[in-house]
Amino acid sequence: MATWEPIAELAAKVQAGELSARDLVERSLRAIAEQASFQAIIAPTAERARQRAATIDQRVAAGESVGRLAGVPFIAKDNFLVFGADTTAASNILRGFDAPYQSAAIERLEAEGAICVAKANLDAFAHGSSTENSDFFTTKNPVDPTRVPGGSSGGSAASVALGLAPFALGTDTGGSIRLPASFCGTVGYKPTYGLISRSGVVAMASSTDVVGPLTRTVADAALVVDVMAAQDALDSTTIPRDEQGYVGPAADLTGKKIGVIKEYMGEGLQPAVRAQIEAAVQKLKDAGAEITELSLPSLPLGLAVYYIICPAEVSSNLSRYDGQRYGLSVTDVGDLNASYTETRERGFGKESKRRIMIGTYVLSSGYYDAYYRKAQTVRTKLINEFAAAFEQVNFLLGPTAPMTAFKIGANADDPLQMYLTDIMTVAVNLAGVPAISIPAGLAEGLPVGLQLIAQQRADRELLATAAAAEGILA
Amino acid sequence: MTKLTRDDVLKLASLARISLSDAEVSEFSDELSAILQYVEQLSRVDVAGLAPTNQVTGLTNVMRADEVIDYGYAPLDLLQNAPATEANQLKVKRMIG
Repeated sequence: MATWEPIAELAAKVQAGELSARDLVERSLRAIAEQASFQAIIAPTAERARQRAATIDQRVAAGESVGRLAGVPFIAKDNFLVFGADTTAASNILRGFDAPYQSAAIERLEAEGAICVAKANLDAFAHGSSTENSDFFTTKNPVDPTRVPGGSSGGSAASVALGLAPFALGTDTGGSIRLPASFCGTVGYKPTYGLISRSGVVAMASSTDVVGPLTRTVADAALVVDVMAAQDALDSTTIPRDEQGYVGPAADLTGKKIGVIKEYMGEGLQPAVRAQIEAAVQKLKDAGAEITELSLPSLPLGLAVYYIICPAEVSSNLSRYDGQRYGLSVTDVGDLNASYTETRERGFGKESKRRIMIGTYVLSSGYYDAYYRKAQTVRTKLINEFAAAFEQVNFLLGPTAPMTAFKIGANADDPLQMYLTDIMTVAVNLAGVPAISIPAGLAEGLPVGLQLIAQQRADRELLATAAAAEGILA
Repeated sequence: MTKLTRDDVLKLASLARISLSDAEVSEFSDELSAILQYVEQLSRVDVAGLAPTNQVTGLTNVMRADEVIDYGYAPLDLLQNAPATEANQLKVKRMIG
């Protein structure tokens, strides 16, 4: 497997003329070709990447300052609008969609010299936890190809684990960055809601969707977040960035108050995962952190809240795929309504249909109060419990998922069982707080992710503390 | 406990503008019922005194000036993915009989 230097070092070497953008892009494209059997990638953006590399190398030769990510290749989940390849969200209904503009996040990365080399696989429209809901193919876990990489950003996580590029972009609506990071043994960062613009990203559930990086190290994640974080008039939910930015030294763990979430360490947790998390907690304690156990009693309700709110928003966001404006269009079927219903029947996979129909149900008149409004109110209860916890501790800690990567096909016939993989990640999205999954060793040979959670807008502190934790867990 | 019948599923599919196959109707009536039964655990949760949350970072009514902003996209660029166009417009089937 290809390995990469730290992102800041790569960019500095390109800027200094010691490495060329062209060599980095070729290294990345070669790795993509060599590791094709894992099916992490839907399509490379090779031609555009080579053109951009040539331009960057010329600018360096001319003595220009190219940026903090000069010549650094990256891979974007295929729900980001990117030039150079179709944007499909791994769905049949968007197959062949040629983005007329790029995502704000991509534009910011490119402005600092980064180069997108490929689009990564995902569960179609980011609906899933394994990439098995991709309408195209299932990505294999780099550690064990008979297992899933997690999802929905499974192609992105596998790309980083396989060394296809120094970093990848994902989106996290209910755990879609952290879960695959945990399953593949990479770092996955879910920022505070609104920190990074979602303009030009295929919408899933707008009240929880965030953009974030998957990387080899926490320092790499911090740099990529630092480049992407900004308010954007085209995403009115964006919040101001931290004036000090997100790049900095690892924190001193001495005296840091960390609460281990009782509800995440209970039944349902695989014993081998528990052992790794307990060992990690001991190491943090040895490094001077003040560890306590904390209870957030409503956390186990998070999944039920999420599987009302998320499908509700999905049903609304996916109503735009009607076969009339872009994407698959079935027209040989009679009237306009028949064109809508046949396009959507053929273009959406099973999981997207499930979510659209559940969402339609919980929003329909007569059921709205009992489901949707009730879920939004229990959401408040969850948010209040997070707020109370952060009055006692700086960070919360738990496993990212109750299990390691499962076998391909293991949950294929039981959608509810698949949803349960998100049980330890969704509450973070509902509360809008930032969280990170960092590698915490192996359980029976498979990667385990440790999740650290902070309060809203404490992204800088969370990244610095995660960098310190990463140093002692490695 | 909610149990969706075939008719319930067909009605939902019609509201959601999806024409399901017979096999899908049977499958979804079981699967969607199981999901609804799971989320119905919320009915037992006491939320007295709490208001629903719609937006988590406290933003309300983010406004901007009502003016045209030129992002540099030509209409034809934005229509390049359209299945059918005429005179720079999307072309769809007749809506009113």
